[in-house]
Amino acid sequence: MRGTVGPGGPEDRCARAFREELPVRAMVYRGPYRVRAEEKERPRIEHPNDAIVRVTLAAICGSDLHLYHGAIPDTRPGTTFGHEFIGVVDEVGSSVQNLRVGDRVMVPFNIFCGSCFYCARGLQSNCHNVNANATAVGGIYGYSHTAGGYDGGQAEYVRVPFADVGPTVIPEWMHEEDAVVLTDAAATGYFGAQLADVVEGDVVVVLGAGPVGLLAAQSAWLMGAGRVIVVDQLPERLEKARTMAHAETVDFTEHDDVVVLLKEMTGYLGADAVIDAVGAEADGNFLQHVAGAKLKLQGGSPIALNWAIDAVRKGGTISVMGAYGPVPSAVKFGDAMNKGLTLRMNQTPVKRQWPRMFEHVRNGHLTPREVVTHRIPLEHIAEGYHIFSSKLDGCIKPLVVPGAS
Amino acid sequence: MSEPQDPRGPADRGPVDLHLADLDPDDPAYTYTADKPPLPETPEQLRARIPGWGVDLDPADRPSFPRERFDPGLNGAHWRFPERQVQHHPRERSIEHAFVTPVFGTSTPPSGLSGAVRRHAYRYSEGRNAHWLLLVAADRVGALEAALASFASRHPDDPVSETGVLSEPGHHPLRSRRGRSDVRHQVLDPVLVAAPWVAGGVLGYRVVRSAVRGVARSRAR
Ligand SMILES: NC(=O)c1ccc[n+]([C@@H]2O[C@H](COP(=O)([O-])OP(=O)(O)OC[C@H]3O[C@@H](n4cnc5c(N)ncnc54)[C@H](O)[C@@H]3O)[C@@H](O)[C@H]2O)c1
Ligand SMILES: [Zn+2]
Ligand SMILES: [Zn+2]
Repeated sequence: MRGTVGPGGPEDRCARAFREELPVRAMVYRGPYRVRAEEKERPRIEHPNDAIVRVTLAAICGSDLHLYHGAIPDTRPGTTFGHEFIGVVDEVGSSVQNLRVGDRVMVPFNIFCGSCFYCARGLQSNCHNVNANATAVGGIYGYSHTAGGYDGGQAEYVRVPFADVGPTVIPEWMHEEDAVVLTDAAATGYFGAQLADVVEGDVVVVLGAGPVGLLAAQSAWLMGAGRVIVVDQLPERLEKARTMAHAETVDFTEHDDVVVLLKEMTGYLGADAVIDAVGAEADGNFLQHVAGAKLKLQGGSPIALNWAIDAVRKGGTISVMGAYGPVPSAVKFGDAMNKGLTLRMNQTPVKRQWPRMFEHVRNGHLTPREVVTHRIPLEHIAEGYHIFSSKLDGCIKPLVVPGAS
Repeated sequence: MSEPQDPRGPADRGPVDLHLADLDPDDPAYTYTADKPPLPETPEQLRARIPGWGVDLDPADRPSFPRERFDPGLNGAHWRFPERQVQHHPRERSIEHAFVTPVFGTSTPPSGLSGAVRRHAYRYSEGRNAHWLLLVAADRVGALEAALASFASRHPDDPVSETGVLSEPGHHPLRSRRGRSDVRHQVLDPVLVAAPWVAGGVLGYRVVRSAVRGVARSRAR
């Protein structure tokens, strides 16, 4: 089961065996709000279709903040986060056919088998064969045991299961920052716009101007939206929504009741579709936020989701990209029912988005790397998390660079 | 399920040549008729202003349409059911699964008191709050265990540097936070982080003090 050396050159067995014993540097979770870079055992081939990837660039996702804040059950101290990464194949298992040592690959955040009921239907994010811990979640790199208990890619090396189905060789023309953002945030924005079922001329409201919301706003135009309105409270992100996503913007702190404002802006009808790109730690209501996000009395503070239910028009569609915990949250379901809404949502099946997205990136219709604001050496991971979590310094998307200092 | 065309039917998209500006903003009556409120820009204007506007208008071009599309060859898997990964530790699993999945994560197997709580939690299905609340409790116990273990190692936990707050001075702590609604509860973060350490410290102090007193008392006797 040990890795076979690929055609990248028959490396000296001894040297390889020796290197495999050496520890590697990795981001490690210590407890809520605490992370650090540590030495860890080098990841090993555990299954014949595994690969080991040497990470060249990773990113911190808004979803990692839910873990960082201790909001996702079964997040064990000692685990390594990181589900957005690209790198170079370092070792492959005995049954791997489609990848070779030395390939530069981008890896979807989903771990998926490629062959189960769900994978065969294009729902790779719902794979049935990779998460022993929960049936409600697929497999995700570095996303707690609730998502399968895999260590993630904010590290020098990472184990990549099902190397024949997940990773894709990075096209020559693609910028490395586009590649890393495509492994999750960009694909999720694009997927979110699809789940909004946009038809020509639709008014689309995007709640949240993080990387996911910004890409969702860009994508809504591709599907023919007639208006795109982005809501957030961080000026630098709203600015990005105007310049990068050509959207109208609303700073919700400037309005007493953002739902009424959105109704006014849409002729008192409401938006045809609303995309929730905020998730479990939404702001805008002090008590709800503290109860859900700080004290964990519910599976998150569904403020944005409730705004969506209120601001969408009757018969409209809500696309939920924001992540919520498994414990119940106080969602206004009665209104959703009375309004005849369609609620669509999922973790993004990333690989399914790629062929079409690659065209959009190449043509300049989607510009993922525009969201990147910071590059953080792995050794400074604690600072990276703090800056991103507290949204200091105009941080929108921080990248993590292993081996830099 | 979602239909290729507008799921709401071939809705009247409204007269596009009407402009919001032509209407009396104080008269919302137009949304109380059959018409869709007019859009500020025509498709031609949007196409000219926004790169790629409408290139995915046809749902058939959207990768996730329809939601499920059966194609067993989609992912390049060359197995009907994956080979099974070897279990080196008894692997906890959701009781909603028939068996441990053929492939699974190997990070941080359960250990210590938190591990016992976790194993217990996995006796309840994902549908039971007990499952999740026990796991959250185990997470907090686990953080404490990890901190204690670290003090016996070469890399003791440093609650200050690990929170990253030392990055504040170089990154515009005040300017970055001006006018934000989340600042009101951000002040709670240090309390949440420090609370277990303070509680642990107080508890530790009490335990040590009562032990010392106990020893002193038994000596005095
Ligand atoms: N479905 C998926 O597959 C998937 C993938 C990636 C991320 N996500 C989720 O998407 C969400 C966004 O991710 P991100 O990386 O962009 O995160 P982010 O934290 O960078 O962005 C969230 C934004 O929401 C804003 N916000 C907070 N409360 C708000 C409110 N009430 N109304 C409007 N905006 C509000 C914040 O100011 C912030 O800019 C997260 O919940 C993340 O977990 C889901
Ligand atoms: Zn993510
Ligand atoms: Zn699968």
